[in-house]
Amino acid sequence: MYTQALDSAGAAEPQGNVAEAARLERFQARIDRDEKIEPKDWMPEEYRRALIRQIAQHAHSEVVGMLPEGNWITRAPSLRRKVVLIAKVQDEGGHGMYLYSAAETLGVSRATLIEQLLAGQAKYSSIFNYPTLTWADIGAIGWLVDGAAIMNQIPLCRCSYGPYARAMVRICKEESFHQRQGYELMLALARGSAAQRAMAQEALNRWWWPSLMMFGPSDAHSVHTAQSLRWKIKRFSNDELRQKFIDVTVPQAQYLGLTVPDPELRWDEAAQHYRAGPIDWSEFQAVLAGEGPCNRERLAARREAHEAGRWVREAAAAYADKHRTARPCQAAEEGGT
Amino acid sequence: MSAAIAAERPHATVEERFEYMLRLADTSLVAGQRLAEWLGHGPALEEDLALGNIALDLIGQARLLLALAGRIEGRGRDEDALAFWRDAGQFRNVSLAEQPNGDFGQTIVRQCLLDAWQLETYVSLAGSLDAELADIAKKAAKECRYHWRYSSGWLVRLGDGTEESHRRVGAAVQDLWRFTDELLTPDALDARMAECGIAPPPAAVRERWERRVAGVLEEARLPWPARPHYPWHGKRGVHTEALGHLLATLQHLPRTYPGVSW
Repeated sequence: MYTQALDSAGAAEPQGNVAEAARLERFQARIDRDEKIEPKDWMPEEYRRALIRQIAQHAHSEVVGMLPEGNWITRAPSLRRKVVLIAKVQDEGGHGMYLYSAAETLGVSRATLIEQLLAGQAKYSSIFNYPTLTWADIGAIGWLVDGAAIMNQIPLCRCSYGPYARAMVRICKEESFHQRQGYELMLALARGSAAQRAMAQEALNRWWWPSLMMFGPSDAHSVHTAQSLRWKIKRFSNDELRQKFIDVTVPQAQYLGLTVPDPELRWDEAAQHYRAGPIDWSEFQAVLAGEGPCNRERLAARREAHEAGRWVREAAAAYADKHRTARPCQAAEEGGT
Repeated sequence: MSAAIAAERPHATVEERFEYMLRLADTSLVAGQRLAEWLGHGPALEEDLALGNIALDLIGQARLLLALAGRIEGRGRDEDALAFWRDAGQFRNVSLAEQPNGDFGQTIVRQCLLDAWQLETYVSLAGSLDAELADIAKKAAKECRYHWRYSSGWLVRLGDGTEESHRRVGAAVQDLWRFTDELLTPDALDARMAECGIAPPPAAVRERWERRVAGVLEEARLPWPARPHYPWHGKRGVHTEALGHLLATLQHLPRTYPGVSW
């Protein structure tokens, strides 16, 4: 069950400004040498806070992300597609678990982070506030959303904070598998009947722009980018990653025979890049502010699961207390015959 | 089993073997579909993952068994044709498997009662004269052993946890117990399969199931309920109202867009 005893703020040590500045300098020097920062190492409070914010957001995104895709598990159109989707949603829950564990190494418990999410105080990726209306959305999420996530996340495998970087290595492997599965699903639809092709196109229409927004505000408006780059929590800017995603994804859409829903999209021969039209940031801001199509439903579903599971968690804790010194649960041991 | 004894046994007809495979396959499929409903909604992430694992195992068993049933039938129906294109009356799962999830305690009780039955059944089927079925059963028995560990472990924790959890799982056992007799009471087909050496003698499964479940109920501080009277016949295609809704969801896409591949 959840660890409860981790919420101790870092012990405040009285430090002279000079000593503090020297520590910060040594810390930055370690980062500059590409050394990994580990949980017991000294780190600036802002570094710790920035990491907790980012890792928690990422963990919450994985857990909330189980909902839009879980929406189609019971309706998957073949048994093979059903097991693939279950395994995928399960992987996302697993990613949530590693990431909460990585955050715990920074002194904040999973329970606290989940309370913040349920209280509406923590962010998660806005992409999961969009609905999955058809089966093709499952393909579009794998292809585009996981594709965008990989662009964001591959550099995090080299993030300066050790536990986060190591968690990301495994997560990225699984995400790239999901991305290929999603694309393969889209390919089956694109090569299918007219109705299936229409379903695929319509999913691309709805997911394209939100996927581009997943990289966050443009560099000029991003609050956290500069410091995160200096600390090597991030390695590339939002706009660099977004461009990379567009360059990779447009040819994939063409191969599917689908049209990217951007009338201004063009190939820039000189720069060797696709140039996308302007992003409607007012939509991004609205979804971020809680006004997206499914913000209420997603949080409500998480709260409901949490509340409905309270008696179960309490029972497990009560049982563990009663049997702390006693033998392990016999029924569970008696599996063999 | 020696060849001489095997030779003396009667041979089951194609229809009988097909029907029996559907009992096993549909029970796994329907139970897997139910558990998959939990993903993203469990009481803790760990439980989401565990229930997802069990759902994956069960649907995996269903795929192998449906494919085998299709080969036995010999009319070209594959796993998806059998899963998506039969109506409730043609499903042969035991009625227990289709019961709605309810709260986590009801799901755990349903699984526990079913896991004990599947485990004992597959352990026995590993010695089936049907070699393909025996192979599937060996794999399924390993999986069911884990399922049983999970569900019985939780039943004990919930039964012996708080007053509330004790009350909730106690009510679930009382509610779902009525479907257990169907698991344990052989009908003509079960008897025939045993006679043909394809399935285990039903009396042996009952005895081992009762021993297993009695141990867990005792540890969970729950009483052994009275034997139910109303006979359920899911395995003969007479289901509870719950199955039609489950299938409406499960089958909706292929039936809306017939004749395409996904």
